[in-house]
Amino acid sequence: MKVRFSLNGKEISVDVDSLRRLLDVIREDLGLTAIKEGCGEGECGACSVLIDGKIVNSCLVPIAQVGGAQVLTPEGLKGTPRGKCIVDGFTEAGSVQCGFCTPGMLMAAEAILTKNPNPTEAEIREGLSGNLCRCTGYDMIVRGIEIAAEKGEGLW
Amino acid sequence: MVGNRRTYPARGDRRVHITYRPETLREALSLMKESGKEKRVKPFAGGTDLMVRHRGWHGTTSGFPSDILFLDRIDELKCCGFYDKEYHIGAACTLAEVEQDDRAPSILKEAITLMAAPALRNRGTLAGNICNASPAGDTLPPLFILDARITLIRQGGSRTIPIEDFITGPGETVLGDDELLAEIRIPITEYTHLCYRKVGTRKANALSKLSFAALAGIEGGEIRDIRIALGAVAPRIVRDREIEASLQGKAFDEIDLRGTLEAYGKLIRPIDDQRSTAAYRKQVALNLIENFITRDIREDIQSKE
Repeated sequence: MKVRFSLNGKEISVDVDSLRRLLDVIREDLGLTAIKEGCGEGECGACSVLIDGKIVNSCLVPIAQVGGAQVLTPEGLKGTPRGKCIVDGFTEAGSVQCGFCTPGMLMAAEAILTKNPNPTEAEIREGLSGNLCRCTGYDMIVRGIEIAAEKGEGLW
Repeated sequence: MVGNRRTYPARGDRRVHITYRPETLREALSLMKESGKEKRVKPFAGGTDLMVRHRGWHGTTSGFPSDILFLDRIDELKCCGFYDKEYHIGAACTLAEVEQDDRAPSILKEAITLMAAPALRNRGTLAGNICNASPAGDTLPPLFILDARITLIRQGGSRTIPIEDFITGPGETVLGDDELLAEIRIPITEYTHLCYRKVGTRKANALSKLSFAALAGIEGGEIRDIRIALGAVAPRIVRDREIEASLQGKAFDEIDLRGTLEAYGKLIRPIDDQRSTAAYRKQVALNLIENFITRDIREDIQSKE
């Protein structure tokens, strides 16, 4: 089945089984390997992408449902001023240890700040509740997003 | 090692899937009619349960045993709002859309906010949670106490039935082979006290050990209306109108608390599983009922007197 959608701002078309997971199409067919498969059940958030501005687990999205949508992955996010600001915040706060959860955390950060440019700590933690990290204990990731919110005044 | 990718063994039926993503309800109902008794076509709303149930090894295609009918592009199923004094939720509305709608019943919103995590709520639907008919479905106890009704639609007809009659057992509903759940209807309910509790292992992404929803309307120190529903403590959601009726019209010192708890105790028949034990579930369920009556309502009333 041919599916046309926008990936990181570029119109593309793929010809794959309509129930292939968006995660596999992005990683295996299109070669963008920032997002990871952690659990494959929508629990860990390592495969998070934004579809039409909303955060979703790409392991639970069949490619057929992406037709006509705008998909943003960490590769697309990092090139934007917002993405750079989040990456800088993560760097400053030491939010990355092993790095496996980080691409999903960047997408969650973008979703949190889009919803609310000045989130409280509780709102950040709620926004990260679907993204698991086994290294940091989350505090540095929360801090990274707080720094991005402070320094990114006006970006969101 | 480019080009040396391992092919994983297939799980389940690995045929090429046929999927439909119609834009009108008419097309969807026609597909359901053709599907008929063979159940050739499976309706697919948010897919947060279906994609897990039929997942394959990573890199392979999900192994669905049937063709798929996506509901996410059908405008008629995407409406949320009040008509005829009832709050309607279309089958394709996501949990996040209901959560963010100020007009939605607050106890339902509270239950949704405690479900899964934002990314799952952006995909999952209330209709899917109902059709999944899990005894642990988190939206079910609130829908039961709100007297929600379900509209099922087929080519050439529709019917609206109480949610209690729709779900017949774990994973079992009265949904016909050619029917789609079109919308959920919730009448306006007046109450003075409301309580929702989800007991889980952690705050996010936890399947419930049990869940509890209750509301009460108190007037002049008497119980005008009381409704209690419990999830994950029996094959079906527990709500008993006879026990509720026995409490109505009574002042607090007239309530037979022990008798009430014994009556609920007979209906609460939980199981041991990986999430919890039967004994724990039963004790917590009874504690929550007792707390609702004695603390949430009585102490609140006494404090106002």
